[in-house]
Amino acid sequence: MRIFKTVGLLVLLVLAIGFPLLFPNPAVTTIAVFTLLFAAATTGWNIFSGYTGYIALGHAAYFGVGAYTLAILCQDWHIAGGYIPFLLVPLAGLAAAAAGAVLGWIALRVRRHTFVVITIAMFFILQLLAYNLIGLTNGSIGLSLPIPDWSTDFLSTQLEQLLVGLQGIAPRDWTGIFFNIPFYYVALVVLLLAIAISWWVRHSKYGLGLLAIRDDEDRALGLGVKAGPSKLAAFVISALIVGMVGAVWAYFIESIFPFSAFDATFDVAIALMAFMGGLGTIAGPVLGALLLEPTQQYFTLQYGQSGYYLVIYGALFLVVILLLPQGVIPTLRARWAIFQASLSQQQETENIKATMPKQDRPAYAKEEENINS
Amino acid sequence: MKEKRRLIVGLIVEAIITGLLTGGVYALMASGLTLVFGVMDIINIGQGALVILGAYLSYVLEQNLHVDLFVGLLITMPVMFGLGVLIELLFIRPIRRDRTMFSILVTFGVALIIEGVLNLIFSADYVQLHAWYITASFPVAGFYLAYIYVFGFLLAVVLLGGLYLLLYRTKFGHSLRATMQNRTAAELVGIDVERVSALAFGIGVALAAAGGMAFGATTAFNANSAYDLISRLLAIIIFGGMGSLQGALIASLGMLVIEDVTSVVWSPVWASTVFFILLIIILLVRPQGLLGQVGGRKQ
Repeated sequence: MRIFKTVGLLVLLVLAIGFPLLFPNPAVTTIAVFTLLFAAATTGWNIFSGYTGYIALGHAAYFGVGAYTLAILCQDWHIAGGYIPFLLVPLAGLAAAAAGAVLGWIALRVRRHTFVVITIAMFFILQLLAYNLIGLTNGSIGLSLPIPDWSTDFLSTQLEQLLVGLQGIAPRDWTGIFFNIPFYYVALVVLLLAIAISWWVRHSKYGLGLLAIRDDEDRALGLGVKAGPSKLAAFVISALIVGMVGAVWAYFIESIFPFSAFDATFDVAIALMAFMGGLGTIAGPVLGALLLEPTQQYFTLQYGQSGYYLVIYGALFLVVILLLPQGVIPTLRARWAIFQASLSQQQETENIKATMPKQDRPAYAKEEENINS
Repeated sequence: MKEKRRLIVGLIVEAIITGLLTGGVYALMASGLTLVFGVMDIINIGQGALVILGAYLSYVLEQNLHVDLFVGLLITMPVMFGLGVLIELLFIRPIRRDRTMFSILVTFGVALIIEGVLNLIFSADYVQLHAWYITASFPVAGFYLAYIYVFGFLLAVVLLGGLYLLLYRTKFGHSLRATMQNRTAAELVGIDVERVSALAFGIGVALAAAGGMAFGATTAFNANSAYDLISRLLAIIIFGGMGSLQGALIASLGMLVIEDVTSVVWSPVWASTVFFILLIIILLVRPQGLLGQVGGRKQ
């Protein structure tokens, strides 16, 4: 079973690496880049909100800080387009993490709904700052990032030959075919980093403390979990990842504005993706992003930025929350458990059904016990 | 020098007066939000979108049927009340676990749908309501004030007064306040908590409709104005203390006065930032808000 899982994950990784070579159409790779970025951001958000149960609806703030940091650094240090801005992405992530440390320290003094509302309020403060600190952010005119130009460099020519060999076509038929590919791989690296951190947190004693906070914070405190620092650390980690995603996104988009870098729908989008896939799981947020982001991009391409997309998005949101409150992964896992048991013995089925989570307890709550045993 | 000082004092007086008057309108919208929170322990993130929906309903009545804005409320408020009850029945009631958290997400979904529909029907162009009392003004304390500010404030006084009577002088009000104090105990003494919840949600949305009309009469709006509005309303009810109607009233008046005075003495662009920063400082000192109650250990 373990080997199957490892092999499966390796196949997925190879597929992810080979994807832009198999589907080099720029329209497809553009959607793929956005999807990877959202998967990474959702995974980052999940490290805090999924594991601790504190729903933060203001992470677009750190996305925006990351985006603006990269834009401002590129502007002030006169960096021309190329691969150098990618090296600054971790720096942008650190700036977002610093903002997250300060704002998180304030926000985490309260719990539950007040916390949610404070994170929303903080998001709006940062958006207002982006509008108003004109000297730094150029106000509503926005900032431009250097235009990446790698169609003639060594890597791209190598890629071109590879593509011609693989597909038997002249990739020059598609304009901008190479433009997306470096972004794709950088986004993939950020996603893998986010998943690695998420995996580590989930399987560490520290992560167990976070899950204890989610289940019952006061009891966790009583058992010796350092709730305050643990929560803040998770908040900072998630801000770091979301900030890095914001920076890559900004370089990809090339120009940023307060309303696009600090986007209220981003707050909801990542929460929806995590809820859809399975809050508090490792694969759930990635799956949620893989399902939702291409759908959203498709609707945007199809109908433009009009109301249709909002209506569909909102309706989907309601359906997921009301019908699948546990998300796809936990639901599937529960089904899988029943299926396996029915294969082996009827008696086993009864046992597993007996240990199945009750309606009011999320399926993943049971998982901790499996980890311990 | 003396002239200049007198001018600034005059501007500050003007800012305080308009701040208090528009604060009444915000109190109308915020009281719906805090009432729903008090009764049901849920946060209606969709309140901003519902306010804008109310404003658009008044706009449609005024443009197509030439109904006066205040008369139109007799139509829009019952309609929005029904819509609120419907939202409660369809989306809030089915939530089974962790209502507070899930209600935030569900009402966000409702808000997105409303925003999308409004975008489809009315496009993203800004609109403003029209009536004689919006353009006409009268002199007071050295400046001119549009009648709508006074009328909007009077509307708020009437409706909030009505809400007060409903809450403190009727049997339904007693049930509602009992539900606010302790949901389980209210259920035990035979109050139909579910019915009270649906009606309270409807009242909250109806108040949003009235607030939306007064808001749309003083400010140009489009569907995206909901975001700006909901952030302010949330700030107001946290500032005042979640679930406290008096707190919401004080916080609304306070917020709008602070905003208007800041925009006169400093700069309009920093007006709402100052308020949000003040909000955070207050929460650091008093996490439950001005008049909020300290929550016990919640399981």
